[in-house]
Amino acid sequence: MSASALADEPGFLEALFARRAVLVSLIVFLVILAAVILAPLIAPADPSAMSVRNRLAAPGGDYWLGADAFGRDVLSRLLYAGQVSLTIGCGVALVASVVGIVFGLVAGFFRRLDGPVSRIVDAMMAFPDILLAIALVAILGGSMINVIIALSIVYAPRIARIVRASTLVIRELPFVEAAQALGSSTGFIMINHVLRNIVSPIIVQATFIFAYAMLAEAGLSFLGVGVDPSTPTWGTMINEGRQYIDQAAFLIFFPGIAISVSVLCLQLIGDGLRDALDPRIAKEL
Amino acid sequence: MSGDTILKVSDLRVEFAGRRSSTAAVRDVSFSLGTGKTLALVGESGSGKSVTSLAIMGLLPRAGRIARGTVRYRGRDREAVDLARLSEKAMRRMRGAEIAMIFQEPMSSLNPLFTIGDQIGEMLKLHGDPGPAERRKRVLEMLELVEIPAAARRIDNYPHELSGGMRQRVMIALAMICKPALLIADEPTTALDVTIQAQILDLMRRLQGELGMSILFITHDMGVVAEMADDVAVMYSGEIVEQSATRPLFARPSHPYTQGLLVSIPQPGRPEGERLVPIPGTVPPPHSMPPGCAFSPRCRYASQRCDVPVALVEARAGHMVRCIKTAEIAAHA
Repeated sequence: MSASALADEPGFLEALFARRAVLVSLIVFLVILAAVILAPLIAPADPSAMSVRNRLAAPGGDYWLGADAFGRDVLSRLLYAGQVSLTIGCGVALVASVVGIVFGLVAGFFRRLDGPVSRIVDAMMAFPDILLAIALVAILGGSMINVIIALSIVYAPRIARIVRASTLVIRELPFVEAAQALGSSTGFIMINHVLRNIVSPIIVQATFIFAYAMLAEAGLSFLGVGVDPSTPTWGTMINEGRQYIDQAAFLIFFPGIAISVSVLCLQLIGDGLRDALDPRIAKEL
Repeated sequence: MSGDTILKVSDLRVEFAGRRSSTAAVRDVSFSLGTGKTLALVGESGSGKSVTSLAIMGLLPRAGRIARGTVRYRGRDREAVDLARLSEKAMRRMRGAEIAMIFQEPMSSLNPLFTIGDQIGEMLKLHGDPGPAERRKRVLEMLELVEIPAAARRIDNYPHELSGGMRQRVMIALAMICKPALLIADEPTTALDVTIQAQILDLMRRLQGELGMSILFITHDMGVVAEMADDVAVMYSGEIVEQSATRPLFARPSHPYTQGLLVSIPQPGRPEGERLVPIPGTVPPPHSMPPGCAFSPRCRYASQRCDVPVALVEARAGHMVRCIKTAEIAAHA
């Protein structure tokens, strides 16, 4: 940013879009989101309609992105599968944030609970993500809700840790003491004075968790322990396509592209948000 | 507790738990504050003046606790209560409504995310909400009362849009909006420029007169004391070393520490070129207190006789001093 631009401070959106990659990522992600949401309207075919004649048909003609081993249209399946994958990603980001915020605030605010809560959080973060998720799904059973619950348990500690650290900083600020001195209740201070001041790091982390959760879901589905196999997700599509990798590589190529592009976009958006929400970095852009 | 006393602190002792033992940050502090009066608690950093105020508010840090003593408080037409024994819930109802506090740091005592109107209005919400329209009206009145120019516009400003003096005015508005009977002001002008300082002190005095409020004023600035206080209690290392009405204290400071405080500040009318006399040394840390008078290591009158505990005794009518050599020092001076 040039020196003259420092005079009038850039707004949040200008700071966010100062990086071309963030703007492009956001547009691409919104396009993916729109396509997935509008799947019933724009999908060229029924995602579960089989046609033995066209099994493993190459991309082009009636099947833009080809057909799978049962002759189902890959593009349509991709769109419908996206609904599941994005719902899981978004659901995990929300649930993990809420759970993480509760635990983080409690740990940061009540010193007595800090030890126990923080140790549990540390213990959970010591597990490899995917292993913990597999174990939890194995216990809970494979459905979309259970995958969301399992992955939220896996990722909530990350939010909790950030919320706790930020809470410890904010709660020592004089305005928190002033609020206490003027009769505010602890609950009110936690929500209005502390939580409101740490929203930015939570949003950034939630964006990353959205991406991680989509990857993890794909991983679980690929391993066959995710959502019920009859529900298409990008992970199950890759898993099914795996057997035909030498005859029809496009079966794993397109869902793979869908996952990588979505995750990459989310990561870049997260990076952009982090920089735009941090007043120190935003000014140096 | 007589009729016109709003706050009476008796034998207050505040201890902080350490790793092995606890240390007393405030010892045997007693004072009383008359209704509508101002009492100044004076002392340097570490003298226990802020701890005393936090103990009154029930806001001691986790490690601290009131080990002994009572804090009798009687607000407008209320029974006297002992704040030291009040439940947290009852205490919270007192804070803001009956007893309010303003702090040293106007820069960071306001939440940066809310407009000042919202933050002052929050106080009304906490203590009997009059509804949004009435709330805004009362906030606006309060902002005008603390002399914030263009209050109607300022009400929607965020704290960062205001200067330090304006923010301290907002803090005062915040503390006063529920018309507390007692205001505890913890060095409210320390962080401000001298001219702004004078304006804020004027404002506090005027509001005190208009609202009939009592003020416990915590400061290290003897100039501010002279201007604001009816009574003074000088604290040193957790004890009150001298206590009297303001005039007699300035006329005849009797404890060597008070004398030291007074000669260490510049005063008009002193001969030009005269050097200020600092008090040598610092307040002893609580774990290595001298056996007797806490001030003796820094006192130029100190002798062997000072190594036994010293009581606060009445040197003259209404003038209490904690020094065994009061008479000698008076003769010497």
